[in-house]
Amino acid sequence: MLRFILRRVLLAIPSLFGLLVLTFFLVRVVPADPATALAGENATPAQIAAIRHEYGFDQPLYKQFVVYLGQVARFDFGESAYSRRPVSLDIKQRLPATLELTITSLLLGTFLGIPLGTIAAVYHNRWPDITLRILSVAGVAIAAFWFAIELQLLFSMELDWLPLRGRLSSSMDAPPLVTGFMLIDSLLAGRWDAFTDTLHHLILPAMTLSLGGLATIARFTRAGVLETLQRDFVTYARAQGVPSRVLIWKYVLKNSIVAALTQIGLLFGGLIAGAVVVETIFDWPGIGFYTVQAILTADYKVILGVTVVIGVIYAAVNILVDLIHGLVDPRLREQL
Amino acid sequence: MLVLKKFAKDKPAVLGLIIVLIVIFVAIFAPLLAPYPGDVSASHLLRRLKPPTWAYPFGSDNLGRDIFSRVILGTRGALMIATTVVGLAMVIGVPLGLLGGYYIGWGSEFIMRVTDMFLAVPQLILALALAQLMTPSIESAMLALTLTYWPFFTRIVYAETRRLKNALFIDALQCMGASVPRILFLHILPNCISSIIVRATIGMGFTILMAAVLGFLGMGATPPDPDWGLAISESRQYLPDSWWFATFPGLAIFFTVLGFNMLGDGLRDIVDPRLRRSR
Repeated sequence: MLRFILRRVLLAIPSLFGLLVLTFFLVRVVPADPATALAGENATPAQIAAIRHEYGFDQPLYKQFVVYLGQVARFDFGESAYSRRPVSLDIKQRLPATLELTITSLLLGTFLGIPLGTIAAVYHNRWPDITLRILSVAGVAIAAFWFAIELQLLFSMELDWLPLRGRLSSSMDAPPLVTGFMLIDSLLAGRWDAFTDTLHHLILPAMTLSLGGLATIARFTRAGVLETLQRDFVTYARAQGVPSRVLIWKYVLKNSIVAALTQIGLLFGGLIAGAVVVETIFDWPGIGFYTVQAILTADYKVILGVTVVIGVIYAAVNILVDLIHGLVDPRLREQL
Repeated sequence: MLVLKKFAKDKPAVLGLIIVLIVIFVAIFAPLLAPYPGDVSASHLLRRLKPPTWAYPFGSDNLGRDIFSRVILGTRGALMIATTVVGLAMVIGVPLGLLGGYYIGWGSEFIMRVTDMFLAVPQLILALALAQLMTPSIESAMLALTLTYWPFFTRIVYAETRRLKNALFIDALQCMGASVPRILFLHILPNCISSIIVRATIGMGFTILMAAVLGFLGMGATPPDPDWGLAISESRQYLPDSWWFATFPGLAIFFTVLGFNMLGDGLRDIVDPRLRRSR
């Protein structure tokens, strides 16, 4: 098992290195003159030259790349041209907000998707199944930004049940920062009002973000349960008189969940990308919103930092999924 | 024939095909179908932001343009972007997959590492970053989406080629002295075509969604283009009063993507019932 873990982690290194090369090329090589772009339209040649020197653009490319690698290793992405704050600090402060949102969505998708998928499989080809199949295809076809706007229209603007944007009402004092996860921090501080307020703010973005994942998890659970139901041990248990409810929710589900669990890992990467859109619409102060702002203002150090961080999270989640897979199915360890 | 029968039995897939055919029909005849084809660029400030009526079934937008006409005219752009992106991604990705799968060595290793590299970043973020590097326009959005989508084709074709490479008929061809391009394009490629078609169909839906996101974030279509994503983004200042402004272009995206996804799922079940992963 240890060898499997080691090999899997080593295999990730070339693609992470590749990611660094790719981001480096994107930002420093593709634009004809990054210094001019950074200096703005009305810059004098002297200002452009100063920027070129400050950012090290006058060095040979390979030297710039080595410097860049060293910076990444120290988690130092330089200073945002826009906010004039260190990029790594911004990321550190914003990452918990994004994680809180994505993890909530993932939990929402899992705890709704698995029961729904199971019910659909039990009622195979009857109306609960057909409804779920339609909904799950629809779930991945909806544009998240549009769905978010429609939710805002209905629940915030028309019915006024839930807040329109943000993470906490402006009238509310934020609980003292401990973990960065607002839900946990407010509980730690014993601030019940802040907890419910955060929860209210979380509902609409989490619903939007969980949509695609919910559909996928429900589909994979359904397929897994359908397959397990054909197995001999199910027939045997039935013949033994095991009650249907126990049989399905205990024996069958346990045997059919693996494929769905793998999907949950894979979905996490997609959720981080989805957060870019959802955070923009709900003014959620996470790294997705930050990324869009950076891209729109061509804040290249931020773009680099964020892409690297997201890439690393992506790779880490994928490794984790493979490891869980290897734990569940020892045969897979041999293949690597 | 058996395949056609199997397909006809799959109701969601048939429904998907019908939706796709309708969308293609609307795109081709858009200027004839739209009641006010001039509303691409016209403005009628006297009747701005009017709710849906019989004369303007989807209401009018901030410049008084008929949203129904603009949704119909937007079909063209969406399909044009999706076919271009998927087509170009295929042209880049398929040959790379064939080469990477057929040869063993550093060249093939290099191709696959580059592919992995592109797959290591979420597509949306990569596309956004690429689109920003070029000046925002439909062309740069298409280029950015192409550059993020080709690795999917490479992956599929690579896996199939690796599997086929050791087949007996390829051995036979090599013995007869068939050239490598001949083996790759005339013998291996036809065996991959069904998976490529499935991926392309699903890719159409995916690309339309991504292009809408780029349009929405202001990195794709530019005004006065009747782009669906752009329209939703323009509508945001006029909510909640003008709910129709955002709702109908969004529904258009939804039905188009739904059609391609259902068709793609159905085709995939025919090609390989065990392959269930979609994107």
